[in-house]
Amino acid sequence: MKQFLVMLIGLALLGTGMTACSTASNEEGNAEATTTSEADVNVNQAPEAQAVAVNNEADQLTGYQVGDKATDFKLMGTDDKEHSLGDMADVKGYVITFTCNHCPYSVLYEDRLIDFHNAYAAKGYPVIAINPNDPRVQPEDSIELMKERAKEKSFPFLYLFDEGQAIYPQYGATRTPHVFLLDKDMVVRYIGAIDNNAREASAVTEKYLEKAIEALEAGQQPDPNFTKAVGCTIKAKKS
Amino acid sequence: MILLVTGMVAACGGTPTPNEATSTKNTPTEVAPRAVAVKQAHGIPMGSFDELEYLFHLDTDTTYIINFWATWCKPCVAELPYFEQLTAAYADQPVKVRLISLDFPKQIESRLLPFIEKNQLQSEVWVLDDPDANSWIDKVSPQWSGAIPATVVYRRDQRGFWEQSFESYEELNTIVKPFIKN
Repeated sequence: MKQFLVMLIGLALLGTGMTACSTASNEEGNAEATTTSEADVNVNQAPEAQAVAVNNEADQLTGYQVGDKATDFKLMGTDDKEHSLGDMADVKGYVITFTCNHCPYSVLYEDRLIDFHNAYAAKGYPVIAINPNDPRVQPEDSIELMKERAKEKSFPFLYLFDEGQAIYPQYGATRTPHVFLLDKDMVVRYIGAIDNNAREASAVTEKYLEKAIEALEAGQQPDPNFTKAVGCTIKAKKS
Repeated sequence: MILLVTGMVAACGGTPTPNEATSTKNTPTEVAPRAVAVKQAHGIPMGSFDELEYLFHLDTDTTYIINFWATWCKPCVAELPYFEQLTAAYADQPVKVRLISLDFPKQIESRLLPFIEKNQLQSEVWVLDDPDANSWIDKVSPQWSGAIPATVVYRRDQRGFWEQSFESYEELNTIVKPFIKN
């Protein structure tokens, strides 16, 4: 299709240059979800003034692999209560999703996470969102602003704060959003993306997370059990 | 193809973009090794991963520094000046910096072009338009989790990958230097 378009543009250009331009610009006009801005920063500003997160390679090596048993945690939520996985009754699994306020990719998945929770919490697979970022590095990800976002969007799921950043390195989360599906025994069964199109929910052709849960329900191994996606780095506290 | 690109840039006139103004820097200098026509969006080369994959496997004496970024990514924007410094410092040597933007196509005109203009970016900017990231992240590097910024440096078969931000020009130059042909 793209090659055809390029050919079409090329042909049109040979004939009437201006027609080609309008073809090209119409093609650009496809509607997409608007993303928020992580940075409106002038690149010429003193870089020392910018918050820079370095992704620690060691974190990736020490994080959970599929098959590992996750340790429980106790984290404060936007509901002002502390939550642990072990406190949750009648669950068959946990959809741990590292996400945050500021990241455009996280924002693109908010509505899908809400729908996901609404569909799967009743089946025993609640979404548990965790913001792993240090708000001193990324001020939009403070607990106060998490509360605001949770209220604005009426998050039906828990939105917890990894204060002190002890939990995300255990999991090996490297980006937002980053999903870890645990079964009822807290064994990691799937790691990765929610689906294969962050930009446009309607263009998704592979619902990885949904498929993984359906596999668990059917007593099978999720396939794939590991996927990758573009995301924002986790903003670690500066040493 | 080069003729066609030039034609398009000329034909589309209208608002001049920094890429047009500095077309010697931003016009792709290598032709794709197969019959791939790289699309231009507002003067910026844009394609799917399949269409841009050859950029990661050019068999020349040039050292390529390929950085994945986006205008909305704060740590990416913070390190861009160091990549610009590389472009300037190695202007006379076979060293090429390519900034692969993951900005969405509809943001090219509203965000990316104004950003390039405001910051007078001299390094080549490309747009990777391919939402199915799971299909191509490993092809860039199996070490890459998908978080940006991320940087590939290679010359022929010598290759390195960094999923991190660079905090200074010196830090970036230290990883680039070993790749440069003397």
